[in-house]
Formats: sequence, structure tokens, C-alpha cells
Amino acid sequence: MFRKTCVAGSALALLASGLSGCGGGDGGSTTLTYYIADAAQEDVATRCSSESGGAYSFNIQRLPNTAAGGREQLLRRLAAEDRSMDIVSVDPPFMAEFANAEFLRPFNDSERAEFSKGVLEGPLKQSTFRDTLYSAPLYGNTQLLWYRKSVLAKAGVDPSAGPVTWDQLIKGATQAGVTLAAQGRRNESLMVWVNALISSSGGSILQSGSENLPANEVKGGINSPAGANAARIMHDLAVSPAVPAGFSTAGEEDSRSSFQAGNGGFMVNWPYVWAAFDSAIEEGTLPANFKDDVGWAAYPRVDAGTESAAPSGGLGLSVSAFSRKQDLAVQAVRCLVSAQSQKEFMIKAGNPAALSAIFDDPEIREKFPMADEIRTGLDAATPRPVSPYYGDVTGSIQTAFHPPDALSPETTPREANQLLEDVLSNKRLI
Amino acid sequence: MSTTTSAAPPRPPKETRAARRIRLTDRTRKERNLGWMLAGPAFIAMVAVTGYPILNAIWLSLFDFRLTDPSGREFVFLGNYLTILTDGLFWQQFGITSLITIVTVSVELVLGFALAMVMHRALYLRTALRTAILIPYGIITVVSSYAWAYAFSNTYGFVNGVFGLGEYDWFGGTWSALFTVCVAEIWKTTPFMSLLLLAGLAQIPDDYLEAAKVDGATAWQRVKRVILPNMKAAIMVALLFRTLDAFRIFDSIFIMTAGAQNTETLSFLAYRQTISRVMVGLGSAVSVILAVLVVLIAVMFVKVFKTDLSQQRGDKK
Repeated sequence: MFRKTCVAGSALALLASGLSGCGGGDGGSTTLTYYIADAAQEDVATRCSSESGGAYSFNIQRLPNTAAGGREQLLRRLAAEDRSMDIVSVDPPFMAEFANAEFLRPFNDSERAEFSKGVLEGPLKQSTFRDTLYSAPLYGNTQLLWYRKSVLAKAGVDPSAGPVTWDQLIKGATQAGVTLAAQGRRNESLMVWVNALISSSGGSILQSGSENLPANEVKGGINSPAGANAARIMHDLAVSPAVPAGFSTAGEEDSRSSFQAGNGGFMVNWPYVWAAFDSAIEEGTLPANFKDDVGWAAYPRVDAGTESAAPSGGLGLSVSAFSRKQDLAVQAVRCLVSAQSQKEFMIKAGNPAALSAIFDDPEIREKFPMADEIRTGLDAATPRPVSPYYGDVTGSIQTAFHPPDALSPETTPREANQLLEDVLSNKRLI
Repeated sequence: MSTTTSAAPPRPPKETRAARRIRLTDRTRKERNLGWMLAGPAFIAMVAVTGYPILNAIWLSLFDFRLTDPSGREFVFLGNYLTILTDGLFWQQFGITSLITIVTVSVELVLGFALAMVMHRALYLRTALRTAILIPYGIITVVSSYAWAYAFSNTYGFVNGVFGLGEYDWFGGTWSALFTVCVAEIWKTTPFMSLLLLAGLAQIPDDYLEAAKVDGATAWQRVKRVILPNMKAAIMVALLFRTLDAFRIFDSIFIMTAGAQNTETLSFLAYRQTISRVMVGLGSAVSVILAVLVVLIAVMFVKVFKTDLSQQRGDKK
């Protein structure tokens, strides 16, 4: 008898929790569904909702960890005109695709002025499509060159003394018997690297003006000296003794672990690593004085005489065009991307703010000694191609530029360009 | 299957529909109506959830249709099929899919048979043994793929440590990556194979084996001459099920290699076109081709190898 009651009771409890779970989807007229890409966004959202005095609250939904996973989930839901989405976190390269399909609500002129004020050039550029602002920049991101000070003498390169090139780094790391870590994994991080290399030698993945062309008329710009330089550098690193183990499958975190290893020397990576070193020190996996040995400098150059175009990343908040609470959502975005929120987010997540003024904040300067380098990098950062067909562009580049050790400056640029144009015209598969 | 057809009642003499209707008693008619009322909703639901998507996919496969560009939708008839079938990538991935299927199913058959024999013959701890063998099959594929991906990882995996391989990157080359995928697949699905084979094994009367033993047959001879011939139907059914499953492999590859190093399979090709590129037309065409291939495999097993599916239901001894 007791058992029966118990089972029935548990079943009821389960049913009730299931029902309340379902009911939470819409949750009243002041609840905004907010798709976040980083756990730290939730803390900011909690503060905003309490400060709003009951004007709005959030139903937080977490997007997948990977950039591609986040894109796919947003794309699927937005294409299905999911009205339960109000605010979405959009990785900048994917914004054009969503905006072109009219999935995002464009910000009007006064909102645009408000969300652009004091924002650094890089993050602002990648939030705009066809001269319309579709995302309010929450953070900007750029990669730096990180190095271990103790290996510099042996390597014969000193990034702190002035800009260094990829060739110098590969040679220096080889000479010192240390690694030069980059992201060779076939995912969005490979695209980031290829784009930075091509842009750093003055090229571009898509020819200019392709933003407004139909897919089958878009022309690639990879079959160029810049494309050849990119293929050469990637190949040279992949076959050099300075390459970390498992390079063709290494993402950002693998790069960090190579850099932290005994033979770590150099690495290109996002600034979050600085906060990650702290966590590793706290956990005891890194010695307490590890950070004393770590230096940073601007992203490496391709040609010694040409300034580098550092990778550009970040996150923007957009309002879904299918949301039934768009005005309320804009009101919430105001708080979510405010200077206070960006500062909080930067400290918690380690991701750089998009507002220039934040980098002058004493607390930020103390926590991020490389604040000036990040700000300079963000201003000079070159976004990935702005294209309504970005999915095809990145897919083709990831296919053509992988694995890095098989690339050739003679054939890769031509093949990559051909693949890109064929895929866009629906002649080939990826 | 053949038994069911032969058991069917002899065809009644020809009669008109009207005459037949008259002959139905009220009770029969009511029962028939009740049958339709009871099964009808399920039938409609089945058609809706299986028939509609299939027909819709076939219809969509005739269009050049990008989800983010609905206005650019264009009827291209068989254009997508032409693009796919003339693309080297499709044939390469067809080859990879076939290779994975052949390797994993063959190894699973041998291992599964051995495990089935162990489960069948075990005298002690029978339940514990069967449970232990079946555990991998109870694990979600995504979870087991992650487990194997971590195991083979060159930074924190145990495989390199155990075999003294240093920092060998299993996922850095096509063959080594395919090897890890096959290992994960075999580990995960061998129990299913052994379960199907165990059912076949249990159907062999002990008398046969005893008679063979009395006649002086060795253990190997008993397996070859008595067990295997009597299990043929069960083996074929197990092979059919596993082949159909293996040919659609997706999860392990998605998790372990994300398709890098030329490890993409046909399911992955469909995923990339439909989900990543949102080229719904092209993706549907890949899916239709994949479905046709799966049907062909099934037909080949049933017609060429004369696989008798009724064996599995126990209709026939």
C-alpha cells in the first residue's frame, strides 16, 4: 500500500514539475526569453531584471558551447519563426546571415546612436549590415600573441621590443625547442586564423562588394598572394618542430594547454586565457608565479612591413523579429550592454568590453594589464567576411584549409577559391 | 513469412461487392468498424509522422532552396541529384560509410557470436554476465562517443599512456581517426548483435548438439556443422539490422572528429547541407539518396541472401 501511494505520489510530482516546466516557456507578458552564449551573461541579466523594478524578468536559455552549434540552433529556431525568442546572443560573423533573412529586428536611428556611442571600431563594424545596426555590441574580442618571457633569449625574438612575424616566431620557437600554438582544428577557429592571415597581408576572403550579391555571383579573393601567404604560413608551422602535438585538432583550449606545458613558448589566443591562467593557478594545476613569465604583444604580422589584422570576435545582442515584446526587449538590451554590465562581464568572463572607456577603468586596468593592447587590437581587428551566405563561406574555407600540414601555397589558394565559388553556386557539396 | 501466406484461407469464389456486404453479419460489421475506430487514429498518426516528412523531403529535394533566402526558391527538378552524384565528395563519403559499415559489422558479428556463446553457456552468474555484456548498449551513443574521444585524446586520454604512444594524435589522420570511430561503434553495438544471436542460439535444440557429440564431432565441428547452419536465419537478421544501422552512422563521427580528416559519412553530408548550410533542397536530396541506399541494402538482404524476418518473431522453427 505504502509503495503504491509512493509511486502515485512521485508520478504526480513529476507530472506537476513537467507542467510547470512547460508553463515557464512564455511566463507572462514581462518575461523575456534571453538566449545566452556565456554563463556570465546570466549574472548580468539577474542584476538587470532586479534593477528594472519588475518591468521585465528573464527566462534564460543557454546556447551550445561551440560557435557553429550556437549558430545552428538560432538559425533553426528563427527560420521557424519561433515567437518565444526575444533577445538572442549572436556571434558577429553570423549576424549578416540572420539580418539578410529578416530574422532580426533592426535598431532604429536613435537606438543605433545609443548602442554605438563609445563603441570601438571593430565591434561596431561587425554589428552593422547594409548600414543598419542589428546587434548591440556586448563585448568585442581579439587575439593577442602570448609568450613565455623565459624562452625569448633562446628563441632570438622579442615581441615586447616590436612587432614580430609568423616566420620569425616559427624559426625562434624551433630554435628554442618550444611550441608555437595556434588553432588548427577544423571549426570556426580555423576560419578565424585564415581570415587573420589573409587580411594581414592585405587580402580578403571575399572580393569587395560581394555583400549585396546573390550567392552565385559572389567572388572569392583567396586566389591571391595573400591566400598563398596564409597557406604557406599554416603549412610551415604545421610541419615545423615548433608545432604542438595534435595541432590539426587543436582548438583554443588545446592551445592554452600546450602553452602551459613545460615546452610552451608562444601562442595566439583570445584574452580570456589571462583569466583562465588565474583559475588554473587557483586549482593548483599551474604554479603560483606562472603569470610572471607570461608576456603579450600585438598579433603577429605576415609581412614585416605591414601591420597585422588581428582576429575579431565578440558577441552582440539582437532582438528577434518574431518576438512579441520587442520594445521591452530593447529596453532590457539597454541594461544588458550598459557600461556597468560590460565591465562586470569582462571581469567575470575575461572577455573584453566593446566600449572604449571601460579600458580606462582602474579596476579593469589592474585585472587586465594588457588592456591597452586589447583596445588597440579591437580597433585594428578585421572582421570575418560579412556575407548573408557566411555558413557556406566558412564551411568552404574550413574544408579547403584543413589539415594545415597538407596545404600548399601553389595549389591551396586556387582550390579554395574554386570550392568557395562552386559551393555558393550550388555546384559542389561541402 | 512464407508460412503466413500459405496459412491464409483459400480464396472464396468470386462474388459481387453487394453480395459480400449482405453476407456480413451485423456483428462482423460492427467489429470491423470498431477495429477502424481503434486503429484509425494510430494509422493516421503514423502516416502523418512518417509519410508526410518523406513525401515532403522528396518534394523539397527538387528545389534550390536556402532557408535564409526563401524568396530565392527555385525548381531545379533533378538538378540537386545531379550535383550530388557528380561530386567526388559524395562518392568518397559513400566509400567511407561502406568501409565503416563492413568493418564494424564484421567485427561485431565475430565478437557478438563469441559473447552470445558465453551468455548461452554460462552456468554461474548468468544474469550478472548478461547485464554486464549489455551495459554498453544501454549507453547513449553521444555519451559513449565522448568517452572514447576522451580515451583516445592525446592530452588527457589513457590509451596513449597504456600503449606507450606518447602524444600520438589519433584524430589527426584519416585512418587512425576512423579506427577510433570503429572501436567506439563496435564497443557500443556488439551487445545488440550478441543479443540477436543469442536468440538464434537458444532455438537450437540440445538434442542436435548431443547427437553430434555422440557421433564424435569436435567442438569446432559442432559450431561449423550444427550451430551455424541452424542459426543462419538469426545471423542474417542480425546482420541486416546492424548493417542498416551502421550505414546511417552519425553521432560517433560528429562527436569524435566532427567530420575532419575525411571521416565524414553520408549522414554527415546530409547534416552539413541541411543544418549547417540550410540548403534544404540539396540536403533533402542527400537524405533521399541515403534512404534509397538503405532500402537497397534491406532488399539485398531479403532477396539475395534470403533473410527470413519471421525467424526473429519466432513464427517459424
